[in-house]
Amino acid sequence: MELDALDLARWQFGITTVYHFLFVPLTIGLSFMVAGLQTAWYRTGNEEWLRLTKFFGKLFLINFAMGVVTGIVQEFQFGMNWSTYSRFVGDIFGAPLAVEGLLAFFLESTFLGLWIFGWGRLSRGLHLATIWLAATGTLLSAYFILAANSWMQNPVGYEFNPDTGRAELTNFAGVLLNKVTLATFPHTVTAAFMTAGGFMAGVAVWRMARRPAIDRGTYKMAAKVGAITLIVAGAGVVLTGDYQGKIMTEVQPMKMAAAEALYETSQPADFSVLSIGPLDGSEATDVITVPGLLSFLATGSFDGEVAGITNLQEEYEQTYGDLVPSGDYKPIIPIAYWTFRFMMGLGFAGMLVGAWILWAIRGPEAKGVGTGRWTATVAILLPFLPLLANSFGWIFTEMARQPWIVFGLMPTSLAVSPTVSGGEVLATMIGFTVLYGALAVVEIGLLMHYIKAGLPDVSREMADSPDNDGERPLTFAY
Amino acid sequence: MELTTVWFILIAVLWIGYFVLEGFDFGVGILLPVLGTTEKERRVMVNTIGPVWDGNEVWVLVAGGATFAAFPEWYATLFSGFYLPLFLILVALIIRGVAFEYRGKRPNSPWKAWWDRAIVTGSLVPAILWGVAFANIVRGVPIEEVDGRLEYVGTFFDLLNPYALVGGLVTLTLFVAHGAIFIALKTDGEIRVKARALAERVGLAAAVVAVVFLGWTYISVPETPFAVLSVLAALCLVGALLANRVGREGWAFLGTALTLALAVAALFSHLYPNVMPSSVDEAFNLTIDNASSTQYTLTIMTWVAVVMTPIVLLYQGWTYWVFRRRLTVDDIPEPADALAADVKRREFDAADAERVG
Repeated sequence: MELDALDLARWQFGITTVYHFLFVPLTIGLSFMVAGLQTAWYRTGNEEWLRLTKFFGKLFLINFAMGVVTGIVQEFQFGMNWSTYSRFVGDIFGAPLAVEGLLAFFLESTFLGLWIFGWGRLSRGLHLATIWLAATGTLLSAYFILAANSWMQNPVGYEFNPDTGRAELTNFAGVLLNKVTLATFPHTVTAAFMTAGGFMAGVAVWRMARRPAIDRGTYKMAAKVGAITLIVAGAGVVLTGDYQGKIMTEVQPMKMAAAEALYETSQPADFSVLSIGPLDGSEATDVITVPGLLSFLATGSFDGEVAGITNLQEEYEQTYGDLVPSGDYKPIIPIAYWTFRFMMGLGFAGMLVGAWILWAIRGPEAKGVGTGRWTATVAILLPFLPLLANSFGWIFTEMARQPWIVFGLMPTSLAVSPTVSGGEVLATMIGFTVLYGALAVVEIGLLMHYIKAGLPDVSREMADSPDNDGERPLTFAY
Repeated sequence: MELTTVWFILIAVLWIGYFVLEGFDFGVGILLPVLGTTEKERRVMVNTIGPVWDGNEVWVLVAGGATFAAFPEWYATLFSGFYLPLFLILVALIIRGVAFEYRGKRPNSPWKAWWDRAIVTGSLVPAILWGVAFANIVRGVPIEEVDGRLEYVGTFFDLLNPYALVGGLVTLTLFVAHGAIFIALKTDGEIRVKARALAERVGLAAAVVAVVFLGWTYISVPETPFAVLSVLAALCLVGALLANRVGREGWAFLGTALTLALAVAALFSHLYPNVMPSSVDEAFNLTIDNASSTQYTLTIMTWVAVVMTPIVLLYQGWTYWVFRRRLTVDDIPEPADALAADVKRREFDAADAERVG
């Protein structure tokens, strides 16, 4: 059997990127939320805020380590598996990656090191500043990598140079202010806060359900912070997603058509909440349909015109000819259709659980949080709702861009490394997958270990006054 | 000066930063079971690099990103060509990074022993393979024109030639010596004495393989700047070992840092104006001109680098200042957090078991 390096390289990118992006949103959201908890302690002196800072700080670090190490793979992967792509776009795509390293990675790694080892060594104000700086680093990182990705969705600020056979940068500000970046960044960041909020609320409620007598009031504080973050950020995700959908319709109409499996251009276009059937346009088998909703999502008007897949295919054949060798300009429709719905459905489900938590923790006793198996199960599943919504969102974004790696410019099928064999890609893919699988088991085990251990004792830190004159070497964190 | 040359130099600077900084924490990782005979000694060792190793590792990410941005053809040929070695480096860096962060999270010995193995392997593999990779770049590898692009057409085993393996030994021994001196600089007590003694032995071995490697390079293509930088690197290593012998660890550390910096500079000077020469035909050499980005991209990148690099150096330098004090085994507290968490976790599980039972 001939191993197809292209398919394998795509699988490898999918596996390593979806895996990496389980940790990224938690890192972004939790860094700010832990900074918030520590700020609450700094300003009120309330010991319970410090205990929460330490508790969620530990969980944050366990997660952060995974995000860092899986991120290195991402940067190397473009050159390793996608060298033809790298040659074609390097003049444009490399710059945001380099700037991300210089501006963001240095900031987050250095100041997180200071935060971990600086307890009791730096003054309290300075120590607090380190976690805020690290958090800022995660946000900068998100911006630059999203600018790079957005360029693949909507290439701007470049010119194709026939002499060098590559795309060349003509306007860096244009790349950084790509309208797709401006829509994607807030959508991704609000989704990150949703994820972190869901994580914090889920962990806190799980503790309250499983050990109702231990630190109930403190966990209630965390549940409230988490649930409010989840809901507010969730509202942000909806609003930014709506805006992003309209931009997407404008620059990648095929993606929106695929998201609905809309074959014929329609005005108005309906949105099917649920559908059974093959989604190949042969038979309409929608079960629940909201009239005009797709028109609204795509254009902002309930009777706007939305282009269909068949019409767009004809249009692209005219525009691009055989730039994509297969001549097929459609993504895999069922994947686009279902990932779009899973993304939204899981996100809304997360917000509903958040609302339930706010209701359940009302009153001083938080009586709504029972001790039954049901409550604990919902709590432990809560973080996975936004986490999986993120994954489906990215799978949709990337899979529904196909057959393009850079929309309208370069087909994915021509982007792989020509000198890397299918066997080599398969070997490294198995290697990464096995390693990632094993690390996931370790990571979840460690998270559960510290969640079961519960809030730490911080009497030592409370009594302690930080030492700025170098008498104390550091906090022995390792 | 042409911007392509500026970026060639900047990428050399990034690799120098990486080798000087991550070089010592690779060394500390490799020496973990050698110098750390007790758990407390091992904890002293990992805590000396604890606050900084992650920031050190970012240098390679920036070097990679900068190569992508400034010399996309170099990035593409190198990363797709050195496919399996880079995969091994990635796996090593993954287990190593996780190991540092997770090692102290549980107090029991088997847990720590496993992560210690990960730290040693994860430090050893890249310490050798970076040397192998650089030696191959300098020596030239099979590069030919394939569909109008300069591609690596060799195999994995072409990269394991004797010259490259000596290069791997050079980085390995230099990093270990550099790491041993770092431990001597950052600790006190018995471990400091052990580290100094070891630094001398490994440093001498490093001097021997480095002279063989640099001499071999010079004989293949004699170039004066390369010779000057190589001799300076060797002198710094000798100076470092003398300073180490008389207990001036700060000077010794500066010496090994300069040795690494000058050795990398020597290799880059030897490379210039190529970035990845072909062993098949000079016509297939990747050079700073045929591998580079446009003037426009290089100009923007230059501004970013000129503004940001000093700021990064400033705050990374400050970190070293904050954690400047030497660590000793007497400083090492009981791992109170990990122990308390372990007890509470066991209580949690016991209560669950009781409820079920």
